[in-house]
Amino acid sequence: MKGRIAKLSVFIFSWALMLSTSVLTPQSAIAGESTASTWSESFASELLIAETLTDRTVRWPTWSQWRRVLLVQDHNTRIVMIGTGILGFAAGLVGCFTLLRKRALMGDALSHATLPGIGLAFLLATSLNYDGKSLGLLLCGAGVTGLLGTGGILWIRHYTRLKEDTAMGIVLSVFFGGGVVILGFVQQLPDGHAAGLESFIYGKTASMIGSDARLIGLTGLFCVSLIGLFFKELTLLCFDDNYAGSRGLSVVGLDLVLMSLVSLVTIIGLQAVGLILVIALLVIPAAAARFWTESIKKMLLIAACFGAVSSLVGAALSAVFPNLPSGAMIVLVCATFFGISMTCGLSRGVLVRFARRLITRRRIDRQHLFRAMYELLEDEHGESVPSYVDRPVPFASLLAMRSWTASRLKKCVRRAQREGLIQVAANDHLVFTHLGGALAEKLVHDHRLWEIYLITHADVAPSKVDREADRIEHVLDANLISQLEALLKFNRERDGMPGSPHPSQYSGSELADRQALGGGASLP
Amino acid sequence: MNGLSGLVWELDGWIIVAGVLAAVSASLLGNFLVLRKMSLLGDAISHAILPGLAMAFLFTSSRNSWVMFVGASIVGLMTAVFTQWIRGIGKVDEGASMGVVFTSLFAIGLVMIVQAADYVDLDPGCVLYGAIEFTPLDTWPLFGWHVPRVVVIQGAVLLLNALFVGLLFKELKISSFDPALSTTSGIPAWLMHYALMTLVAITAVASFESVGNILVVAMMIVPPATAFMLTVRLGRMIVWSSAIAAIAAVIGHLAALWVPNLFGYRSTSTAGMIAVVTGVLFLLAALFSPQQGVFVRSMRQRLLALRILREDILGLLYRLTEKGEERSVSQGYLQENLLASGWETRVALWQLQRWDCVQQSPQGFQLTAAGTRTAQHLVRSHRLWETYLIVEAGVDQERIHQQAEQLEHFTSSALGQRLSDATDTPTVDPHGSPIPSPAVTPPTKRQ
Repeated sequence: MKGRIAKLSVFIFSWALMLSTSVLTPQSAIAGESTASTWSESFASELLIAETLTDRTVRWPTWSQWRRVLLVQDHNTRIVMIGTGILGFAAGLVGCFTLLRKRALMGDALSHATLPGIGLAFLLATSLNYDGKSLGLLLCGAGVTGLLGTGGILWIRHYTRLKEDTAMGIVLSVFFGGGVVILGFVQQLPDGHAAGLESFIYGKTASMIGSDARLIGLTGLFCVSLIGLFFKELTLLCFDDNYAGSRGLSVVGLDLVLMSLVSLVTIIGLQAVGLILVIALLVIPAAAARFWTESIKKMLLIAACFGAVSSLVGAALSAVFPNLPSGAMIVLVCATFFGISMTCGLSRGVLVRFARRLITRRRIDRQHLFRAMYELLEDEHGESVPSYVDRPVPFASLLAMRSWTASRLKKCVRRAQREGLIQVAANDHLVFTHLGGALAEKLVHDHRLWEIYLITHADVAPSKVDREADRIEHVLDANLISQLEALLKFNRERDGMPGSPHPSQYSGSELADRQALGGGASLP
Repeated sequence: MNGLSGLVWELDGWIIVAGVLAAVSASLLGNFLVLRKMSLLGDAISHAILPGLAMAFLFTSSRNSWVMFVGASIVGLMTAVFTQWIRGIGKVDEGASMGVVFTSLFAIGLVMIVQAADYVDLDPGCVLYGAIEFTPLDTWPLFGWHVPRVVVIQGAVLLLNALFVGLLFKELKISSFDPALSTTSGIPAWLMHYALMTLVAITAVASFESVGNILVVAMMIVPPATAFMLTVRLGRMIVWSSAIAAIAAVIGHLAALWVPNLFGYRSTSTAGMIAVVTGVLFLLAALFSPQQGVFVRSMRQRLLALRILREDILGLLYRLTEKGEERSVSQGYLQENLLASGWETRVALWQLQRWDCVQQSPQGFQLTAAGTRTAQHLVRSHRLWETYLIVEAGVDQERIHQQAEQLEHFTSSALGQRLSDATDTPTVDPHGSPIPSPAVTPPTKRQ
């Protein structure tokens, strides 16, 4: 444990060093940039554009504009793309863990809780004659109130009988209210255009400059490596926190690590997507990735890719159409990914699950059909014939055996016919082929074995075993059957077909009655 | 308008009235959201109505039309439907599906507002934190008065919500606490769910331009949560939450005028300040609620711990006397043997001295006559319990001391008598120590 803490502290310290140097070093010293604009300058020009440009409709951009963005010719676009891409990547990763921990909306509460911090940092900085619009300062303020909000949620959940959702709701609304109050103050400052701080609410990638992108990128990379460091512990926390606790890991500590990751992503996402929509980056890529896989490593990878790609595409769209807010565009791309994943996801997608259910239903229908045919033949001929192959069974009697509709049964028969398992003889009579007969024998054999097992070992009344066996027979595998045979000292080759342990479902006369009524009624 | 001196009824009166109406109508519904663990659905719905509003603006180019109202309410309701749908069909966790739906809708709304900006004056900021300060400017004639439009709308919504909660109280209650029971008794839980969601959407839409989204969300969650701290009955919770919401609205507006003056600013956002005031009220309730307050509970624990320490001191002194050892002990000795901190022991000894149970001499502390009587009662309870645990409950001899140590502090003399009867009035305990006979005069009640 001590080793881990030491490792962690060295890790965090080195990162903090890197971050601070990157923020404090003049940007031209790190990368010779052509645009030497500072945050406040680009900010002012932004405002100017917003004021002079009354026409805010979206125009279809010219080809040269497209080319500039697609080939990333602009230095500024390049910076924005890298920053938001890393942000999306980190958000996707963190989102997976919050989703699996069932705290998807934690980001919602935390992001709202950052607003008062931004306002306070601005007020403090301006009153101390610093540049109130320096991104680092504002984000520090956001971090402080974000952490306070986290503490508030934990406190409410731990010490009162309110549930987690209410705790998040309280922190969210009260902190945001406080933020609005402080923005009210900011608006009264001579140079405090609240509009500048409002870009944190809706996001504005266009106002991002080199040092901002570096800050975002480095913080994003910090989150990613923190996840790498704690991958095993966080996975354990999400799937079985009790076990994690019993292994000597601190569940509260790990939760704090997770929440700090959420706060970090939220804070660096403020500028790119805004504080309301950063929650989308934390929720949607992870939820979309869940449809594609059951393995956490793959899920992390897919979610990170979704996050990165949608951030890139969204930022690019917002660069091509300058009047569309970047945050909204990023979220809409994310939502598109979600929609596609939900329908087409290979593991849990709606279509795949639908197909899987259809296949299962067809298999079950076929098994019902074969057993019904076999049992009818058995009622009719008993042991008098060596094989039931080529003995006709009327369709109407089959229909009366179960609560299936004629069309469903017909479809099932047609499918079996195509595969050469049964044939349709004259007068709507069905006969087994050799293949079908063998299959039916195996099915009835498995069904009866289970029935006998239920009667002898589970003390179920013989009148009830048919229903029970009916449910389980579709999932009995070969291994289980051989175990059952060993347990019941039954050998298929030696003993042949076991007799039905309960009276046949329908006596001859009852069957005739039901056929007269048209069949298809439910079981008695 | 500088501070509270500039209060004008025509302006501030109406603002406060609008605030109170909006706050109470939101908190009425919020009670059920909090109880159903769906607090954040209110938040989601109120964010998601943005595209509904924008669409209605695009179509009608007007701010106060029925189309806008209905359109936005439908989008709000769709949030609930979509959330349920994604959760059911996609098997996504509820929080996540809510997050997917409301952020996507909000993003669509933002894009549409940018499009609509040419035609109508709609600021997303206005949707978020409202413009309650402009309430008195837009009035409708009503019964010969000029009543602000916002007040009329909020009044109507409050009436609707009050009727809903009042008439369907029983149904809401049963479907909130036990949806399965409610469905089997003929009240479809899903129907109540969507009825509630419809009203949440209507309330959110009605409030969006007057008081803003943030106030609706705060009022739907915080006053009910505060009331939840104060009572365990649903009826009282609703009354409390309405009262808290109304008080917060009044204080919030006054604070929005007054607090900024302390820092040299003019007034600030009323809606934000109301949310902050509810937060403060919640904190007070969570700390100082008579039954559940965190502070109150911890004080109660402290007092109990102190009482037990006092009794342990008396018991220890008595046992020392019994063994015939030194009768006076120092404070350090007590601390060491009872594993108590210095100041706790000091307070306990001070109380015992004041109540004449212990007296201090140069050699140390010793029992008085009254203290001996109380100690006798305690030691008697302890030893009776030990006997009882062995004889009647069949507990191992090694474990009886610990249990008796806990039980002795909660044993009245009547219970002691019954224990004694149940174990055939023993005179010595399982360890062989004598059990003191019951005191002639019962020990003072305080201990």
